[in-house]
Amino acid sequence: MPNFLRAPSGTQIALVKATVFLACLVPAAQLALGWQNDTLGANPIETITRASGEWTLRLLLITLAVSPLRRYTGLHWLIRLRRMLGLFAFAYAAAHFTTYVWLDQFFDWQAIARDILDRPFITVGFAAFVLLIPLAATSSNAAIRRLGGRRWQSLHRSIYAIAILAVAHFWWLVKADLLKPFIYALILAALLGLRAWWREQERRRQLSVPPPAKHLERPVIRIVQK
Amino acid sequence: MLIRSTSGPADVRPAEITPRPLFEERRRFLLRSGLGIAAGAALWQGLGGTARAASERLATIASPLSTTEAMTERKAVTSYNNFYEFGTDKGDPAQNAGRMLTRPWTVAVEGLAGKPRRFDIDELLKLAPLEERIYRLRCVEGWSMVIPWVGFPLAALLKAVEPLGSAKYVEFLSHYDPEIMLRRPVLQWPYAEGLRLDEALHPLTILAVGLYGEVLPNQNGAPIRLVVPWKYGFKSIKSITTIRLTERQPATSWRRAAPHEYGFYANVNPEVSHPRWSQATERRIGEIRKRPTLMFNGYAEQVASLYQGMDLRTYY
Repeated sequence: MPNFLRAPSGTQIALVKATVFLACLVPAAQLALGWQNDTLGANPIETITRASGEWTLRLLLITLAVSPLRRYTGLHWLIRLRRMLGLFAFAYAAAHFTTYVWLDQFFDWQAIARDILDRPFITVGFAAFVLLIPLAATSSNAAIRRLGGRRWQSLHRSIYAIAILAVAHFWWLVKADLLKPFIYALILAALLGLRAWWREQERRRQLSVPPPAKHLERPVIRIVQK
Repeated sequence: MLIRSTSGPADVRPAEITPRPLFEERRRFLLRSGLGIAAGAALWQGLGGTARAASERLATIASPLSTTEAMTERKAVTSYNNFYEFGTDKGDPAQNAGRMLTRPWTVAVEGLAGKPRRFDIDELLKLAPLEERIYRLRCVEGWSMVIPWVGFPLAALLKAVEPLGSAKYVEFLSHYDPEIMLRRPVLQWPYAEGLRLDEALHPLTILAVGLYGEVLPNQNGAPIRLVVPWKYGFKSIKSITTIRLTERQPATSWRRAAPHEYGFYANVNPEVSHPRWSQATERRIGEIRKRPTLMFNGYAEQVASLYQGMDLRTYY
């Protein structure tokens, strides 16, 4: 593996970050341009709602894929992209929610409340969005320091539940063709399954090494602050 | 896959580039002056630069049952479709339905009829004078359009086969060819729909063979489809091959897929919500703000009597 891949310099990482940042903006820019030029099809509001929703889901899954990728490729610096990816997932979720409240329902709060209460697919979508807010709000280094690594990490584990809610939101929304939500569910199951498997392995290792080695007594938490 | 333009700049159609008032005026002019098919097509081509064949223009007469509301752009009507056999995204049918051959085509009219038989599509085109019916279309998904259909009353066809007294319902089947259509069992194929016989005989119920004065594009259900304007769009089955008079209520595709969500009647009803979305409002394609949905899609005056004494929450 070339050296810059294994241990990129600060400049190289900044470059990768800038590229990922711009790439994450592309779908939003396409939608904005499409709205401006009226090229979003016959039902542009539906197009924006669906696209922002799907990008939220994709970015959530990409964020969840960072740890496994890092573990299996040894590219530890990938972790430094995770916060940005997670924040983009939140940004698209916020755009999705805003589209619904503004363009779709036009601030008809009564209709919105009925939707959230009566329609399970909207209930879980709304729940997923609300649960994302504290994660986005505690994404800064200062927040990590304030909360302490352990508490911060256990709070941010709610991303697993959020991702499940998000896939359920898509699954229950579809009328008949479940192929797409099924694919997202499969990817999520793999990403969550991997973590369950790691946990199980860790548990077994601890059981099989009496007494446990000092460095395995506590889970290793490494938060890169840069 | 997000932002897909199904048509390049090369195939811009006249309705898109002509200001609507001018366009509508021209269309009315065509209707009023009763120009021949060829002359109409020549004028059309001359003004709009379209590549459509001359023979695709249909001569029609106006109908008092038409609405005077602004029509949905032709481009939207022909590019935003639910025709799951050709894919489940709205743009899929326009992209894929071209594979379907609409000639030769026959429609079998069978079951409880005195004179059941098979009709050739060209025979059906001459069965009754073709009328232009400008109808509202309300989809169960919460959007709507106003479409100038070309067609004739379904009653004209049913009367030709002389329904027996025992016939209470009409079952419809779509064309299904796994070679050119979706094979995944998203719905049960062939697509099946049904009406009560009195609904089928209602003057608003038509078999459409065209829209915007031209032969029906494949994605809109060529060569012949049902249009029942007071019911959700999924009742208006496309590309019909079989019409069967039955004694029992026929099974229908969407009801089979999700009986709690899609009823047999599927009358447009703002008071009865779909379990997953409200039906109180709709978005007219081309507009931003939603508008209230009307009972029976605004056709209550003509059809409410069909359902007298029925609980429309039970028979949704």
